[in-house]
Amino acid sequence: MLADKDRIFTNIYGFQDKSVAGAKSRGLWDGTRKILELGPEGICDVMKKSGLRGRGGAGFATGLKWTFMPKEVKDRPHYLVVNADESEPGTCKDREIMRNDPHHLIEGCLIASFAMRAHTAYIYIRGEFVREREALQKAIDECYDAKLIGKNNVHGWDFDLYLHHGAGAYICGEETALLESFEGKKGMPRMKPPFPANMGIYGCPTTVNNVESIAVAPTIMRRGAEWFAGIGRANNTGTKLFQISGHVNKPCVVEEALGIPMRELIEKYAGGVRGGWDNLQAVIPGGASCPMIPKSVCDDVIMDFDALKAVNSSLGTAAVIVMDKSADLVRVVSRYAYFYKHESCGQCTPCREGTGWMWRVMERLRTGDARVEEIDQLWEVGKQCEGHTICGLGDAAPWPIQGLIRHFRPELERRIHERQARKVAAE
Amino acid sequence: MPSRKLIIDGKEIEADDNLTLLQACEQTGAEIPRFCYHERLSVAGNCRMCLVEWVGAPKPQASCALQVRDIFPNRDGTPARINTDSPIARKAREGVMEFLLINHPLDCPICDQGGECDLQDQAMGYGRAAFNRFHENKRAVEDKYMGPLVKTVMTRCIQCTRCVRFATEVAGVNDLGATGRGEDMEITTYLEKAFASELSGNVVDLCPVGALTSKPYAFNARPWELRKTDSIDVMDAQGCAIRVDTRGPQVMRVLPRLNEAVNEEWISDKARHACDGLVRQRLDRPYVRRSGKLQPATWAEAFAAIAAKVSSTTPDKMAAIAGDLAAAEEIKALKDLMGSLGVKNLDCRQDGAQLGGERQSYLFNTTIAGVEAADAILLVGANPRWEAPVLNARIRKTWSNGNVQIAGIGVTHDQTYPVKNLGASVEVLDQMANGSHAFAKVLHDAKRPMVIVGADAVARKDGATILRLAAKIAADTGMIGPAGTAAEGGWNGFNVLHTAASRVAALDLGFVPGEGGRDVAGIIGGAQKGEIDFIYLLGADECDVAHLGSAFVVYQGSHGDAGAHNANVILPGAAYTEKEGLYANFEGRVQPAHRAVFPPGEAKEDWAILRALSDVLGKRLPYDNLDALRAAIVADAPQYADHHEVVPHAGATQTNWANVGASGPLDTAHPLASTMTDYYLTNPIARASVTMAECSRVFVTGQSKMAAE
Repeated sequence: MLADKDRIFTNIYGFQDKSVAGAKSRGLWDGTRKILELGPEGICDVMKKSGLRGRGGAGFATGLKWTFMPKEVKDRPHYLVVNADESEPGTCKDREIMRNDPHHLIEGCLIASFAMRAHTAYIYIRGEFVREREALQKAIDECYDAKLIGKNNVHGWDFDLYLHHGAGAYICGEETALLESFEGKKGMPRMKPPFPANMGIYGCPTTVNNVESIAVAPTIMRRGAEWFAGIGRANNTGTKLFQISGHVNKPCVVEEALGIPMRELIEKYAGGVRGGWDNLQAVIPGGASCPMIPKSVCDDVIMDFDALKAVNSSLGTAAVIVMDKSADLVRVVSRYAYFYKHESCGQCTPCREGTGWMWRVMERLRTGDARVEEIDQLWEVGKQCEGHTICGLGDAAPWPIQGLIRHFRPELERRIHERQARKVAAE
Repeated sequence: MPSRKLIIDGKEIEADDNLTLLQACEQTGAEIPRFCYHERLSVAGNCRMCLVEWVGAPKPQASCALQVRDIFPNRDGTPARINTDSPIARKAREGVMEFLLINHPLDCPICDQGGECDLQDQAMGYGRAAFNRFHENKRAVEDKYMGPLVKTVMTRCIQCTRCVRFATEVAGVNDLGATGRGEDMEITTYLEKAFASELSGNVVDLCPVGALTSKPYAFNARPWELRKTDSIDVMDAQGCAIRVDTRGPQVMRVLPRLNEAVNEEWISDKARHACDGLVRQRLDRPYVRRSGKLQPATWAEAFAAIAAKVSSTTPDKMAAIAGDLAAAEEIKALKDLMGSLGVKNLDCRQDGAQLGGERQSYLFNTTIAGVEAADAILLVGANPRWEAPVLNARIRKTWSNGNVQIAGIGVTHDQTYPVKNLGASVEVLDQMANGSHAFAKVLHDAKRPMVIVGADAVARKDGATILRLAAKIAADTGMIGPAGTAAEGGWNGFNVLHTAASRVAALDLGFVPGEGGRDVAGIIGGAQKGEIDFIYLLGADECDVAHLGSAFVVYQGSHGDAGAHNANVILPGAAYTEKEGLYANFEGRVQPAHRAVFPPGEAKEDWAILRALSDVLGKRLPYDNLDALRAAIVADAPQYADHHEVVPHAGATQTNWANVGASGPLDTAHPLASTMTDYYLTNPIARASVTMAECSRVFVTGQSKMAAE
């Protein structure tokens, strides 16, 4: 169990003073200038050594990403864009950071921008996050007033931070769609390459990072890469905000070390599965797009990137959705399929056509109004969609369905057979 | 240019870094299917049909969007291997094809795109035959209104967005866009307004499926029934390359052909859709006016009536006017016939344009493709959007490519790109010419400045003065460079933008008043005063033909338009699709139009009519066939031997440049402006076209139908 002294987000529940003074009392904004004195390369080195992997879901090494930015600012300014369009069903960590512990994020923006030689950072916040925007804006204003950021600030690096309110679309959480949306266009993902580090916002070098990735940076810089790398196992280091929802007694957001056993996480922090561990049916370990895993796997899987990948799932955003035996898993996945159909931007063919098709088949599987072969067809349609699209939504849309078929195919077949039997009986 | 090695389907090639992978694959002869990709539009990469396998990459790659420079070699240093027809690539494309087809209606038998449909063709290659596993209902989409030219069946749409990109990028109007997302995404016009562009018909060609089809052509013909004839458009003076599709005796439709130097692959709506005017209002037999009424006659009677009049008058009381759609052949024949009769009152400039003389003074010297090299453009009394829509797309392309400053004197219409308005007064031109105007400095500092003088600017009373001022601006700001084409380092930025397809040829052949002869205004004035009593109108309808006094009027032409109404004798001629004819566009590029159908009824090719008439008049013209006539034209104007080419300009000397136009007072009372009032109704064919009338009603006069109509 993570010791309290190793927690990064010390006010994630908002029980303490959220103001800049309160943040300072918890150690934030302390020696920031000294951190900047390390220089951009120095900061990137520490970040790389810490082994921090992006907290937005894909788990790409954050320090490495920062180094993709051009080493010199030429005719185009550099930008940092923070992705606060937290829309993955089940995920609710960034909003807690923004409304309760925003100074982690703001200080992180300053450090990350400096490391990427950017004088401006934008936070693209999800449209539905009204209170979070207010809280974060208040914190930003305080920092401006305290000269922590802004022109001629105490840290000696001119830095402007703007909060941009999105209009509420899941696809705008995809980094290039976010940039399009930010520029005032339709939120449709761009083709890559060129990657944002080369052609991002307004055609300028840009790095897009998740809120949590940025927010943990100041503490890593202060406490050192070794400290962060010492938590968890190799390649899966550090602490992480886990969000446990669903059929647990006490749903919660909690910071823990990566690699904590799933059962321990659920039982220690979330009050256990409703009706006891044996009542567990399946868990979606990282937000809606991660394939579900059945109880047999949950029993001893640990919560980190590689371990969950090894069981054909993914850590995603570490949004653990727990489903006990009362949950209708087919209904759950069918609803997710509808979500992806609804949120597909419609730009490229496989996702536009495939998500609707998959949802309709899922709906029929839910009622059993299908043929057994259609389960395999559904699998294939998913494979035909996955990997052929511009962005990751087309990849992710079939995953929940694949998880269901992989582990609960008998349930699907049972429904089909039952329905057929009822039909025969009726005739 | 940097390049790198690729192994495409086992063939090693050196591919230019600036190419896309799709282009590189095509260089090796591989065929890449595509729907959304189009060479002249931005890359969307959304159809996913062009997926290829990059060996070692985790996913198949969209070749249209991947640049060669982004393809890195294998770890061991060997060139990256690309497979365009491997099982992986094939399976990916088959999957995409299945997705495209699940919601596409099976209405090919009643779809106008059938037989020339990309989706149909590619389904042959990538469709999974006799394999259907889609058991849901197909999506239905409401049809949208896009105006009188574009018919929509939006259920067929595959959301490739080519039409949207064409509208925003090439046509320069933001009327098209997509609403909704996911499978509910629909292409629509803004608030279901008509697609207000003179180039709107091109979206029909771009649409890879049958979602956008030609409204006037709907259900008229199938592509395999049509005979295709390559030809040249005459609806404006640009000479766009067209293909005339005919069935039996009728022109069914007109489509663009590729000609990078002239029209790329676009044509204007008038070029495309005025063809229904070719079967209406046609003059299909000779007429002679007897006791005040035009009555059908034989060719012999018509010729006899003309001969009787000619023998009873004198050459100084005779005149001839060449119309806007005449080909070089009949202009040459009429000029020779009139010359042999001793007539000096000849003119081709129905609008009164004060052009002629030095060839460079009435041509679009920069050339159409040359516009792309310009970095400053001054428009003088021109409205290129209406006067030459496809040229306007080229100017817009130049503008969207970057550094060009465009200003206009007397430019009243929205040109689809920003034009700095310098006012409409001719005095501005004067200031520009004496260098006191701020924009004169811009032109002076520019490397390749251009001036485009509209035809209407030189058709004013002070047209010759305006022309001289424009020539002075050109000379003073360094527009008149050394000899040669822009590609050769030469530059000539002086341009006159004609609107009549016949005009350059007529000027080249000298169809202008002889020594002491009368011009169009002089002819009409003379006719009203009784000083002219015989007028030969060769398809001339655009001057004041209703007020020719008691003159004996011969009208030779294809349509019963203004000129025919006032004629004493009507000789039925051939329209541009019905004869072999040379047309010189405003660049001076000579291009042959070809006969796609025969003229209707007793109508004949125009030069042959004049040849026959010359026999009756006892002045037999010295050519018995088209070849001999063309040889005679080449003898007069050698450039007519080289079709399709623009003779590189010779580099004007300052002396002959100073003689362009004439000096005189400026007419400051009238502002400069293009006088074209209706783009859709500029010639007899267009005026006979129901489609053009509808376009005029929708786009120009703005009368929309009431709900009950």
